[in-house]
Amino acid sequence: MTDRELSASGLPDAAAASPARVGTINSRRPLRLGWLVPTIYILFLLLPIYWLVNMSFKTNQEITSTFTLWPTDFTLRNYAVIFTDPSWYSGYINSIIYVALNTVISLAVALPAAYAFSRYRFVGDKHLFFWLLTNRMAPPAVFALPFFQLYSAFGLIDTHIAVALAHCLFNVPLAVWILEGFMSGVPKEIDETAYIDGYSFPRFFVKIFMPLIASGIGVAAFFCFMFSWVELLLARTLTTTAAKPISAIMTRTVSASGMDWGVLAAAGVLTIIPGALVIYFVRNYIAKGFALGRV
Amino acid sequence: MDFSWMAWTWPTATFFGVILALLCGMAVWEYRVPGGSPRVGILRFETTRGDRLFISLLGSAFINLAWLGLVGPELWWSLALSVVYAVCVFRFV
Amino acid sequence: MERTYNNKAWFLVLPVLVLVAFSAIIPLMTVVNYSVQDTFGNNQFFWAGLDWFQDVLESNRFWNALGRNLIFSAIILAIEIPLGIYIALNMPKKGWGVPVCLVLMALPLLIPWNVVGTIWQVFGRVDIGLLGRTLAAAGIDYNYVQDPVDAWLTIIVMDVWHWTSLVVLLCYAGLVSIPDAYYQAARIDGASRWSVFRFIQLPKMGRVLLIAVLLRFMDSFMIYTEPFVVTGGGPGNETTFLSIDLVKMAIGQFDVGPAAAMSLVYFLIVLSLSWVFYTVMTNQGQEKGK
Repeated sequence: MTDRELSASGLPDAAAASPARVGTINSRRPLRLGWLVPTIYILFLLLPIYWLVNMSFKTNQEITSTFTLWPTDFTLRNYAVIFTDPSWYSGYINSIIYVALNTVISLAVALPAAYAFSRYRFVGDKHLFFWLLTNRMAPPAVFALPFFQLYSAFGLIDTHIAVALAHCLFNVPLAVWILEGFMSGVPKEIDETAYIDGYSFPRFFVKIFMPLIASGIGVAAFFCFMFSWVELLLARTLTTTAAKPISAIMTRTVSASGMDWGVLAAAGVLTIIPGALVIYFVRNYIAKGFALGRV
Repeated sequence: MDFSWMAWTWPTATFFGVILALLCGMAVWEYRVPGGSPRVGILRFETTRGDRLFISLLGSAFINLAWLGLVGPELWWSLALSVVYAVCVFRFV
Repeated sequence: MERTYNNKAWFLVLPVLVLVAFSAIIPLMTVVNYSVQDTFGNNQFFWAGLDWFQDVLESNRFWNALGRNLIFSAIILAIEIPLGIYIALNMPKKGWGVPVCLVLMALPLLIPWNVVGTIWQVFGRVDIGLLGRTLAAAGIDYNYVQDPVDAWLTIIVMDVWHWTSLVVLLCYAGLVSIPDAYYQAARIDGASRWSVFRFIQLPKMGRVLLIAVLLRFMDSFMIYTEPFVVTGGGPGNETTFLSIDLVKMAIGQFDVGPAAAMSLVYFLIVLSLSWVFYTVMTNQGQEKGK
């Protein structure tokens, strides 16, 4: 039903030209229930998340013994456990460090490559592009073992940079792919004019070209952040203690005294928050970026 | 730097050597005759030399795997079959 | 856009090449080396020839896991792609609803995968979960820990919950880029809702749909973390997908050789299926463009 809204803004003259016909089209769709579809979907998305948040404010006793739709015995103990124990909150710091490193590295190498793919043809370009994509296809499970060996050989195990580099395997191809789409939307004349004006390539790229595709860089950074933040298998394989990500630390809640559901839920809620913040800040970027690029 | 964990063997080294040589050969070919001679073959979409090499290699992998699974571990015959297959791919696809 | 032929562009691609070669080619070579040898640790290797490959091809365990993976990916694509398109078509195009929808829909995408697993594991539990309790109260015998059908349903619903938003966001991006003029022309021609979709919206979404199908196929085919957290591959081996089996073998039992052979076969299958998708869909796009 969305085009009905378009018709409100974009169709006054057409409606004036043939009011009868527009009338018949409208009468064929009598109900404006389009908004229901996204609403129901979002409810479906939020329900399990609500349950997790709900649990994080309950005591373990309430979780296991009674069934309540909201916390009757409201408590912040679960969060207090996490924020007072360095082995818990350092997990968040570790995750954020390697995700940030990965985003920076991925973008830094993907930008020139995407420029090459969008502006030039060269020997093997198509196949190089497909080869990059195949790395996105390679199951991380396949690489877990050789990665461990490789990073051990370089003495990188249990460092943030190891995880950041490993995540480049699937983030760099994606970043190249997204950025290439945005760059192809920028007319080539802009490059040529800049070169005539005496800009060197690096200066042109940083001063003129990057601002033009800023929203594309935003979208690419968002996706790099996202895939690095959510990945667990490689991050867990490559770290032992000093750089362990929060999602791996979460498995600790299974203790001898049984499952600590409350703390597990609280830790889960806290892993959702950085993502939610990032989406909130880039929301306009993404809508705009999606509209501009041929993503 | 210790690389013994990579556990190289002569057969696998030869395998990667052949792949590398093929890629270099393709690059030289492309350099001599640029454009990749695109054409529409029996698969009814446009392929270049590089695509044909990729189809050959991927197909060969499956031919060898099928031989291994269905006939036995004597792969010389399937290797020959793969070469025939590759020639066909370069000729008709 | 007409692109100029210039081999110096290779220098721009070089950083990517070095980086990805470091984290892709060296490990891939190592996997190939492992796949023809046996080891008892300590970097001592013994030539095993093609035994592991033969074992993989003859093992029911591999074929069953592969079958489960294929069925899973097919179900996921069949649900998520149409559902994603349908939701994207019904998204608001402007106003306050747009950012709200985008932010809320993107939320599941940014939850770490094992937390997604945890959320659904808790949500579905009969003793403490909302879903499990509600179904039990409704008299439905639901238990994803013991019943294979329930386990499958849980994992499929979880994946739909987790990933449909990606399809929605991509399709929405494609839809927003369609100029209003197209719709006006269609309306003047008296085009039906279906033909607007079939001849304007669907072709314009071609490229984003390619991305959506490829990403969803690849990711669902190598799904690991979420089902591992929810069911651990059980009941029995009913939800043991290839990745789960692979990690069990490589890291759990340290059977490096068989695991390497299996991952190579797995990788070959993913590679060829993705190549077929990629070729078919890019070529369709070209024919439409001509």
